[in-house]
Amino acid sequence: MAAVDRRVLFAFVALVLLLPLLPVPDYWISLLNYIGLSSLVALGLVLLTGIGGLTSFGQAAFVGIGAYSTAYLSTAWGLSPWLGLAVGLAITIVAALIIGAVTLSMSGHYLALATIAWALALYYLFGTLGFLGYHDGLSGIPALTLFGVSLGDARAMYGLIWALVLLALWAARNLLDSRPGRAMRALKRAGMAEAMGVNTVWLKMVMFVLAAVLACTAGWLYAHLQRTVSPSSFGLNYGIEYLFMAVIGGIGHVWGAVLGAGVFSLAKEFLRGQLPALLQLQVNIEMIVFGVLMVLLLQHARTGLWPLLARFFPVPPAAHAPAQAPALPRREKPKAGEPLLEVKGLRKEFGGLTAVDDIDFQLRAGEIVGLIGPNGAGKSTTFNMITGVQAATAGTVRYRGETISGLSARQIVRRGIGRTFQHVKLVPEMTALENVALGAHLRGDYRPQGGVLASMLRLNRAEEAKLLHEAAQQLHRVGLGDCLYQPAASLALGQQRLLEIARALCGDPALLLLDEPAAGLRYREKLELAELLRKLKAEGMSILIVEHDMDFVMNLTDRLVVMEFGRKIAEGSPAEVQRNPAVLEAYLGDAI
Amino acid sequence: MDWQIAGFLAVDGFTSGAIYALLALALVLVFSVTRIILVPLGELMVYAGVTLALLGHDRVPATGALLLAMGVACFALELWEARRGTTPRRLALAAVKFLALPLALLLITRWAAPRALPLPLDMALTTLLIVPMGPMLYRIVFQPMAEASTLVLLIVSVATHFALTGLGLVMFGPEGWSAAPLWDASFDLAGVPLSGQSLAIWASSLLLMLALYLFFSRTLPGKALRAVAVNRLGARLIGVGSAQAGRLTFTLATAIVTACGMLAAPLTALTYDGGFVIALKGFIGAIIGGLVGYPLAAAGALLVGLLEAFASFWASSYKEVIVFTLVLPVLLWRSLASHGRHHDDEEEE
Amino acid sequence: MAAILQVRDLHVSYDKVEAVHGVELRVEAGSIVTVIGPNGAGKSTTLNAIMGTLPNTGAVRGELRYLGEDIAPLPVEQRVAAGMCLVPETRELFASMSVADNLVLGAYPRKRAGDRRYLDQLDVVYDLFPRLKERAGQAAGTLSGGERQMLALGRALMSKPKLLMLDEPSLGLAPLIVKEIFRIVSELRRTGVAILLIEQNARAALQVADYGYVLETGALVMQGPAAELAANPRVVETYLGLARNAGDR
Repeated sequence: MAAVDRRVLFAFVALVLLLPLLPVPDYWISLLNYIGLSSLVALGLVLLTGIGGLTSFGQAAFVGIGAYSTAYLSTAWGLSPWLGLAVGLAITIVAALIIGAVTLSMSGHYLALATIAWALALYYLFGTLGFLGYHDGLSGIPALTLFGVSLGDARAMYGLIWALVLLALWAARNLLDSRPGRAMRALKRAGMAEAMGVNTVWLKMVMFVLAAVLACTAGWLYAHLQRTVSPSSFGLNYGIEYLFMAVIGGIGHVWGAVLGAGVFSLAKEFLRGQLPALLQLQVNIEMIVFGVLMVLLLQHARTGLWPLLARFFPVPPAAHAPAQAPALPRREKPKAGEPLLEVKGLRKEFGGLTAVDDIDFQLRAGEIVGLIGPNGAGKSTTFNMITGVQAATAGTVRYRGETISGLSARQIVRRGIGRTFQHVKLVPEMTALENVALGAHLRGDYRPQGGVLASMLRLNRAEEAKLLHEAAQQLHRVGLGDCLYQPAASLALGQQRLLEIARALCGDPALLLLDEPAAGLRYREKLELAELLRKLKAEGMSILIVEHDMDFVMNLTDRLVVMEFGRKIAEGSPAEVQRNPAVLEAYLGDAI
Repeated sequence: MDWQIAGFLAVDGFTSGAIYALLALALVLVFSVTRIILVPLGELMVYAGVTLALLGHDRVPATGALLLAMGVACFALELWEARRGTTPRRLALAAVKFLALPLALLLITRWAAPRALPLPLDMALTTLLIVPMGPMLYRIVFQPMAEASTLVLLIVSVATHFALTGLGLVMFGPEGWSAAPLWDASFDLAGVPLSGQSLAIWASSLLLMLALYLFFSRTLPGKALRAVAVNRLGARLIGVGSAQAGRLTFTLATAIVTACGMLAAPLTALTYDGGFVIALKGFIGAIIGGLVGYPLAAAGALLVGLLEAFASFWASSYKEVIVFTLVLPVLLWRSLASHGRHHDDEEEE
Repeated sequence: MAAILQVRDLHVSYDKVEAVHGVELRVEAGSIVTVIGPNGAGKSTTLNAIMGTLPNTGAVRGELRYLGEDIAPLPVEQRVAAGMCLVPETRELFASMSVADNLVLGAYPRKRAGDRRYLDQLDVVYDLFPRLKERAGQAAGTLSGGERQMLALGRALMSKPKLLMLDEPSLGLAPLIVKEIFRIVSELRRTGVAILLIEQNARAALQVADYGYVLETGALVMQGPAAELAANPRVVETYLGLARNAGDR
């Protein structure tokens, strides 16, 4: 991180932590305490909604669980608040796992809807349970003590709250800048992430639990700050408010949570406290002004406030490739000429339509084979069946003697088959380096879907160094050595396609599957791409290219398989295929 | 429980269920065409109910002034957009639509309110005052950001809900208002009491649903709205613009909730902030219907009403818990039913 | 004869990448003009720029004149109302609605313009595609590929367009159906509608068209009367890359 930003950050942290020592009025300290609590909840939503693309209205319910657990255990049983925190977290995690298990594997709005229902049900439950004090709630909650010091007053709590907020921000930033974090940032493109070996459903679950844990912690702090809890603080309207804060702050940014919580709370406080006096009004117009302001804000800054602010101090990318790092282990590669991929009788029917009709072909190690044919010939469907994106109706695909048809995309990539996409699928806001590192998702030091906690605590430095070094090497290999730290979105299409190849190479594949790599490229870019693929072949890589640009595959491939209307109409060397009348017909169309 | 109580509860459940069902239809309609979960429909419903109640009490409802204010805002937006060129005819049309008509309605309201007009006239006036607020709301809040993500649209919708709730407080004060029943009769159905208002609610709900069904299945504008819901790009290619579809949808949805408000006002005292919870129950019904299917949404909402009625008898304090927890097993069932066929690969970018 | 559509110096870019560089097109009343070229040449992008249906990231520069008027600032709906109609590669039918409803919806712009006889094309369409009449009550999503293309074409005809733009009408269809579609396209010329046809199936397209343009990597490389293009060996090369490969060897 550049020196300027480090100083800005340091100044901010120092200011936040030293504030209670300064002669700041209690009113402000108390307000900042609530902003801190909201920041924690909103931070969870930044992870869940902004990064993971999942909306939850139920965060207030998790806050409620955190608050009620400690309130009940400390008042009714006189147990330690720390035990209350542990119990609250346990209940929260179990609840989050159950809700997640029901809704996360489904697409669409189901999680959002389920959280609404869950939030309402829990809110009314708090109000009807006798041992939780009905609608009056529980009071007389003891103050926290930390190392023998009582945190009875707001200033003392301020220290704890903001220390936790800063800790959470630090952990969240660490997490996002790690192997599992990059996978999380790719979750909105689930198909691509799965093809890199990411278990997207599991990661969504992890994010949902993390967000719930943050909310629960905020609730625990709230109970011991307020010393009394009642259901009204955990209603659906609060769940909506937290989402509100995250959205106006900037839902895609960790700092947006704090900014959003701050702006939201200050605006509300100002409107409630100062505005009526200012306008000398008898009626209560706070809600009107608040609503109108929020509508206007979102009409003019849909991505929230943080991106507007961030323009003034640009933050350089966090992930850097080290100059030296231990090499990642490599898989044993097949010998040249060994049968690598065998497709036999592969068939796909959609309803009554046969998209792929008994296709057979083979690819040997060290070969480049092209699967070509006009638009709509069934090439992409064939490709999708080989990569496990679509299930075959009949037929088998064998890879190094093992049947892989029927396996998921995630299991197939683990066996050493890397792929690219016809429509480039990158995470646009991540740098080229980070995008490529995503390809090495299965090559980390931790379990493939694990390492979350280690990443948050920054214990993953050795893993990061190895992965990023590998990613940088693959970028150099494809000729993008100058673009390591550019956001993927700023690259030209040709470069983006090369980036996808580097990402596939980062998984250490023995077979590379390329889906129309030349589509949309300029003539020069095509030549460069062909050059790269020849180089890879010379290094021993085996490649299957799906293409309909004949020009591109002619001089590149060893063999061509030509498809039309789902059938194989020709196979042979490029020269043979080019002279085949059936192929000519297929490409230029039948005369009427 | 004997069958008399059961009958009584069923009547009660079907009565509130019918109102939830209408709300569910309005919510599904707006969501499917515009992707907006229109939370403020609850407030518009309250506006309608309270306006009718106030007219019944021979008082001037402030909703007339609000309509004019919204009209002025719309006209200002039109003027702002006209800086890039417009025709005098368009501007004149906008002036009539957004300034003259709301002003006329305001004056009529001022004149009519103190006079004890018959109920149908009060209802007609209420409809004229509230329904135009829907498309105006669309024009002011949502049309400028029709392309935003569903999440941002939802947050804006919630912000609008805040503003309208605040306006409700300013206009009606904190107390609740109820109106005279549409049909002040009561019957005895084998020992089960049946009020005329319940019958009126059932009849009006059925009529409205029938009208909606005919609109969507028989008329070209109705089909065009369905087309937008099915395929946005396809609809643009046949010339159905999203702004135009949005205005029409908001008009229809507001008309539905205006009816809801006028039907509910005699049953319960409506407060400025009561719309949210009522709309939520409609929303729960809509969720049960998966936010897409109209018959399912209506059935879900009826179920919510019945469940609420019976739960209030057996475990009155757990009434709300039961109603809102009901959704979880339904979602689970839907999730199991859709498992295995949700694997359509292209995700949203 | 006056041009229905006149495109001058059209540039289209997505984000920073320019996909179409300075394309010029002219379509005259009652004529069929085709734009051919290999996949990824920018044909669909050009068509979408003319219709105004590019995705949000697309930016258009250049002159678009329809019936002499600049249509660049108009939204899609107004272009449709003015008599332009696009049948996209993806057809964009209303899958859960019936075939008949899909067709009736095609007449929406005419109904909106106050045309009382807005459904007068229904019989014409049913005559053209008897299969659609048989399936009138069926949901559009249940049709076969060929029938969908017929329905898309039929829906377009319901609006009685002045300019009909077809994007790859033969895509993914069996040869017999392709023939049928092209027969109908050439028949449509007699109704006076101007047609802009985009095709990969170059032979068929050049056979029905009056004039053709060849697009390669976003730029025009050739144009001329369709018959001349059909005889030009360079067109074949564009598709198969024969000449360039021969040169390399």
